[in-house]
Order: sequence, then C-alpha cells, then structure tokens
Amino acid sequence: MSPNPADTLPRKSIEHLEMRGIVKRFPGVLANNHVNFDVRSGEVHTLLGENGAGKSTLMKILYGLYQQDQGDILINGERVSIQSPSDAIKLGIGMIHQHFMLVPTLTVAENVALGLRSSREPLMDLERVSARIHELSEIYGLRVNPDAYVWQLAVGEQQRVEIIKTLYRDVSLLILDEPTAVLTPQEVDQLFGTLRQMTADGHSLIFISHKLHEVLAISDRITVLRDGSLVGSIPTGEATRENLAQMMVGREVVYSRPIQAVEVGEPRLVLRDVSAISDRETKALSNINLEIRGGQILGIAGVSGNGQRELAQVISGLRPLTSGSILLDDQNIAGWGVKSLRDAGLAFIPEERMRDGAIKDFTVAENLILQEHDVEPYSHGIFLDFRAIAERCQELIASFNIKTPSQETTLKSLSGGNIQKLIMARELARNPNVLVASQPTRGVDIGATEYIHQRILEQRQLGTATLLISEDLDEILALSDEIAVMYEGEIVGIVRRGDATVEELGLMMAGVRPQPQAESA
Amino acid sequence: MGLSDLFSASVLIGIATSGIRLATSYLYAAIGETFSQRSGVLNLGVDGIMLLGAFGSYYVVLTTGSQGLALAAALLIGMILGLFMAFVSVTLKAEQGISGIGLYLFGFGMSDLLYQKLVGTPRPIAGFPKLPIPLLSDIPVIGPILFQHNLLTYGAFLLVPVAAFILNKTTLGLQIRAVGQNPEAADSLGISVTRIRYMTVIAGSTLAGIAGASLSIALLNIFQQNLTNGQGFIAVALVYFGAWRPTGVLAGALLYGLIAALVLAGNTLGLIPRSVSDIAAMMPAIITILALVVTVSRVREPAALTKPYGRGE
Repeated sequence: MSPNPADTLPRKSIEHLEMRGIVKRFPGVLANNHVNFDVRSGEVHTLLGENGAGKSTLMKILYGLYQQDQGDILINGERVSIQSPSDAIKLGIGMIHQHFMLVPTLTVAENVALGLRSSREPLMDLERVSARIHELSEIYGLRVNPDAYVWQLAVGEQQRVEIIKTLYRDVSLLILDEPTAVLTPQEVDQLFGTLRQMTADGHSLIFISHKLHEVLAISDRITVLRDGSLVGSIPTGEATRENLAQMMVGREVVYSRPIQAVEVGEPRLVLRDVSAISDRETKALSNINLEIRGGQILGIAGVSGNGQRELAQVISGLRPLTSGSILLDDQNIAGWGVKSLRDAGLAFIPEERMRDGAIKDFTVAENLILQEHDVEPYSHGIFLDFRAIAERCQELIASFNIKTPSQETTLKSLSGGNIQKLIMARELARNPNVLVASQPTRGVDIGATEYIHQRILEQRQLGTATLLISEDLDEILALSDEIAVMYEGEIVGIVRRGDATVEELGLMMAGVRPQPQAESA
Repeated sequence: MGLSDLFSASVLIGIATSGIRLATSYLYAAIGETFSQRSGVLNLGVDGIMLLGAFGSYYVVLTTGSQGLALAAALLIGMILGLFMAFVSVTLKAEQGISGIGLYLFGFGMSDLLYQKLVGTPRPIAGFPKLPIPLLSDIPVIGPILFQHNLLTYGAFLLVPVAAFILNKTTLGLQIRAVGQNPEAADSLGISVTRIRYMTVIAGSTLAGIAGASLSIALLNIFQQNLTNGQGFIAVALVYFGAWRPTGVLAGALLYGLIAALVLAGNTLGLIPRSVSDIAAMMPAIITILALVVTVSRVREPAALTKPYGRGE
C-alpha cells in the first residue's frame, strides 16, 4: 500500500457498519423511525426512497452532520460516536453530496488538500498532493487535472474530483447521494466502472438514488425507506422495478401509459436564431431554432448547465435575447414583458419553483391568484374579492388534487409535489396556448410525478404547444413527441420520439452530433 | 510660492515620504479586514476599534510613558472587541452590517467618554521615534522615502507580504479562503467554520487596534474626539478596492496616502486657496470613491461574505 498522505492515525478498515434503531425527530416530523441499516466491505448497498423518506437524514447522521435522538452506530461490532464530519472522516467514512462540496475558486489540488494536515505544516504541499492525485486517477480511471480551477470543470469532472477527495482520504466506506443526477448515460457507465473497482478493492458503498434501473444495475442489496420507516431490505436478485416502486410508494405504480395520437396543429411557438448571454456574460444560447406545433410536446434533453435555464428564461421574458425572434401564434414576442406574455397565452413552470414560481410565506390561496389577483373576478378596482378568491381556489385545489390543510396554509408547509401541483393549477387554469415546463417533476414524489405527467399530456390533447425541459431523460422519453438535445447553448440535434436510443441521445448530450447529418445548422 | 515649488525634488520626496507614513494606519486596518472578509465576515466596526485602540494606547503612553505597553494595550483592546464582534456575528449570526455599525458607535462614544473623563484637554505625547535603517537610509531619494520611518510604519509594510503568504501558501490560508467561499464544503471536510471565523475576526480586529495606535502614538501623537475621521470605513472600502488581496490593498493604501500627502503639501505651500481648502480636504475620499467605482471587480468577492453559517440552514 502506498503511504497515506492524509496523515491520519492508523485504523482498521470498515468490514461491517451497522446503524441500529436510529430515531431522528425534527420539529413536527419523525424523519427516521427506528431504522436499521448495514453495509459490508465490498458491497454496494442502495438506499431507496422518495424525497422526504428519510434517506438523506439517515446518511447525514452517519456522516456526523446530524446527531440521532436514539439508536447506535457500530463499526466492526463496536459502538462509535460520530459528532461531526471530522469524526466520520477519521473513522474512514466519506460522503459525496448531491450538491458538490467543492470550492469553485480553488484548484483541484487545493480542494483535495483542504482540511488535511500537510507534510510541511504550516505550508501547503500541493506538489505532493498533485502527485498522489495523478496516482489515484490512474488507478481508478478518474481523469482530472490537479492544477485546474474547479469553476472551469464540467459537472462530470467535478464529480471525479469529489471521488478523488474521498479516495485521497483513504475512506473505506463511501456514501454517494444521488450521484447520477447530473451525468450523461455514458458518464454514469464510467462512474459505475469506478465504483465496481472500488468495491473490488474492499470499499463499502452506500448508493442513494431513486432511478430504479440504475439501482438495479449497480447494487448488491437494496433497502427501501418510506415516511421515515424501513419498508424492507432485499438482495438485488429478487428485485424488479415494479416491486421496488411498490415498496417506495406503498401502492402499485403504472409505468407505461399509452400516448394517444393527437391531431397536430399549426406552429404555435417558433424560435428563430435565438441567442442570449448568461449571468456571467458568456454565450448561453447561440442560434437556437425550434418549432412546436399545437398538440406537440418538444422535450429538451441535456446535461444541466448547457443553456436550458436560459432558454426557458428567454421564452418567458425573464432574460433579454441578443438576437433572433420568438413567435407565439405568429406574434413576435421577443422583448415582451412577463405580463404581456401571459396575456398572449404563455404559461410557465419555472425550474426553481420556490424562487421563481411561488412565494413561500404566502398562503395557498394567495399563491393561486398571484398572477390574476388584479382582474375580475378576484378583484374589483383596488379591492380584492375574498369570496370569489375562496370559491375559485376551492375549485382548483379539488381539481388539481392539491393536498393542503386549508387555503390559508402557508405554502412552505406543503410538500414539493403539492407546491408543484399548485403552480400547475395556477398556470394551466388559464388554458394556455403555449406551456414552458422546466424540470416539472424534480424533487417531486412518484405519486405527484404521475399526476403532473398526466396533466402535461392532457394539455397536449387540448392543442397546447409544450416545451418540456428536463434533466431526467426518462421523463423526456416518456412524454415528448420530438426531442431536441442541447449542448453548450446549441441544439445538437432534433430526433423524433422512438428514432433515437438512449445511447445515441447520451452521445448527443456530450456534444456529439448525430452521424447521418442530413441537415446541418 | 508657485506651482514650481511643488515639483522641486525636496518637496516631491517629502510628499512621497509622508504618503507612506499616512498609508500606515490604512494598511493595518485594511489588511486585518482582508482576513476577516476572506473568511466571510464583514466587520464594519473597524473604525470604532481603531478609536478605542488609539485612545487606549495614547492613555498608556500618557500615564506610563511606555510605548511597548501602549502597543500591548491596543492589541488587547482589538482582541477583546474582535472576540465580541465574532461572538455577535458568528455565534449569534447577527446581520453583519448592523452589528458592525453598532460596534463603531460603541467605539466612537466610549473613546470620547474615556477621553473626556480621563484626559479632558489635548495633551501631546512623545510618539514612536524615527528609526532610520543603517546604510539603506543613506541612499539618495529612496533612503528618505522608504527607510526613515518609525517602527509601526515598517511593520505595516512588512505585514503585506506576510498576509499574502499566509493566505496563499499555508494550510490555514487555504482553510480561510475555503470558509469564505463555501463554508458548507469546508464543514464537510471537518474544518470548523466557527473556529476559522473567530480567528480571522479577532486577528483583523487586533490589527485594527494597532491601526488606531499607529495614529495616536506614532503619527499624530495626540488624541481627540473622532481622531480617525472615518479611516476605518475607508479601510473597508480599500479591501474591495484591492479585490481581497493584500497586494491590492497595498496599492489602494498607497494611493490614498499619496493623495492625502499631496493635498497636505498643497495646503502648506499655499497652492490651495483657503476658500476651497475644505473641498480639497475631501479629495482623498472623493478620488477613492471614483477609483472604487471604476476599478472594483466583485468577481473575487468571497461568495459567503456577510452570510452566517449554520449546518443544514
């Protein structure tokens, strides 16, 4: 074994880690209810469950970010106390968080060295760190440049830095929280290759995910949590998509819904040579050409950060375009204000629903009328008509199946799925001509996802032109009539549903243009 | 006297020398503030700490005659106020802009009250003596400009490379930079965000205390109400001006010192009519603001500046 530059005390590797009867309460919520979980050296144990099921809480306890109210953690049969991340690191536990824990203004080597004693205290020893990074990247096939600044790296590379950080610390147990959310299918394969090599070396891995096919591909065992409690733990050999989904949701889940044929109408949303710049004043969109007809759903696939956000903002009037035109039912809407756009029949479901889609300290009713509060029947002149508002909100809450104690409940106490249903209700109740839906089911439970998908398909039925932007390729494939793939602010290609395999889409997401180049931009 | 006098060699050397002397207090305060801000804490109370440091050290010289003890007093005052500021901003997570203003008002009022009660009338003291560096101070032009200052001025200029070294070459500096940019990431690697921020705020405040002393016992050799005249606030601006780097702060402090020296010389030589001398006195501040507007790039601003950190928030 190579000497460990982490300069930690010699420790035994984790042969068996066990969490017993873990209880964690937050005000008003029982996040973990007597949960048992264990992982052995050399295995991948998946923790599966919907958002809010208690997976992250359990792992944050293991990593020392939270303390359990009851229960024990045992390593190789001995009780341990983990009060902080540094305790966890000393015990050989590492974690790759869903939102990367990297400092963008530091280099890769500095990020790796951060928090460790150097061999030349108080000076840094970055040459030595870089050398070790090179070694580790050779062994595990993780290509990174130690001298690059993290802000320069693509998301996939940043994840490799996170993995190297944990390998450098010589962890023997690694927790990966939703590691595939930001990767292309090819990058997922690469990651799985690295993970398999790590288990072959005797590492234990805890994999958190809700993507069932990935879970089935990588795990040895699967444990399902629901509402903070343990539902069950099964070897992957006995698991299927259907029984796992049922364990997660507590009822049967319908996966394939036949998509009905729809009569396609006139082009309702047309983008011609649209370009725009990002917040950092770099090029975000260059010469985007898209056309969506009534009754059509166009899905935008791509790894996050390739211009999807800016595309949605440009269409919904939140970002100026530098050139090009946008036609909504033959009217050029480029440069229009948000209110005029709404009046022209545009509905927008924003990616950051808590920031751009709703006001968290407002009540359900206030959020439902946010857009139309100043028109009949909700107001007369300068006065709000609370009776009309209450009646209309009652209708919307019922018809969109929003689970809320009352209209007067503040939005922030609702679950993500219900907040999204509320936003859908507000946007769709106006019978839009064009719908822009950005990440409509991100962080939403399976039940609400099913419901939201159904509503989007219903809009298609009604002749709405829908632009669906999603990082979830499965969602794009399930709903779209056509799929456009974005890479670095450009449309790499547009394919009809069924004409491209996941692998082909994955290559396009990495910037590779489709081979038979019949038409070029 | 005419404009030509301003450009005589001796006057130019004099202006450069006094510019460097005037930059001293700004350097201590702004380098200190750089540490604090690089870790994510905006300490707006610098001027208040300077005032108390200035009074404390002045009073010690007045009563004991010991400049060493006086410097120790300024250090101690800075440390205590820094501990207070860190407790309020880091542990209690108070709004940093407001707690800083509070600290300033406290320092302003307290230093004046103590001065009125304990001293009353302006009484000059013997300040730090000039300490010409042998050989180097005999070099023509450069000698008098750079090597005929008092100990505190040398210290301020030495502080710049030391601060840059700590921030860029040591593990501690790496931790400070990480905490100011992404405290969550630092925490996840076992770095105590609280510990780092206490350290930088206390160190920064200690330097602010010395900045105050450099005015009252090494430059002006007197104390009066509001001796600093807002220098602590300028120091905060210099950190932005210097883009959070010690070398940038040095450039800002020198620019400020030189402009102040130029105005001073203009007044002394009678180049500035009395009717506009008050306006001329404002020039350093006006030019600094203009320079800030033109040059400041917030690209390097620590991303977590002014944001208190708590796990899971």
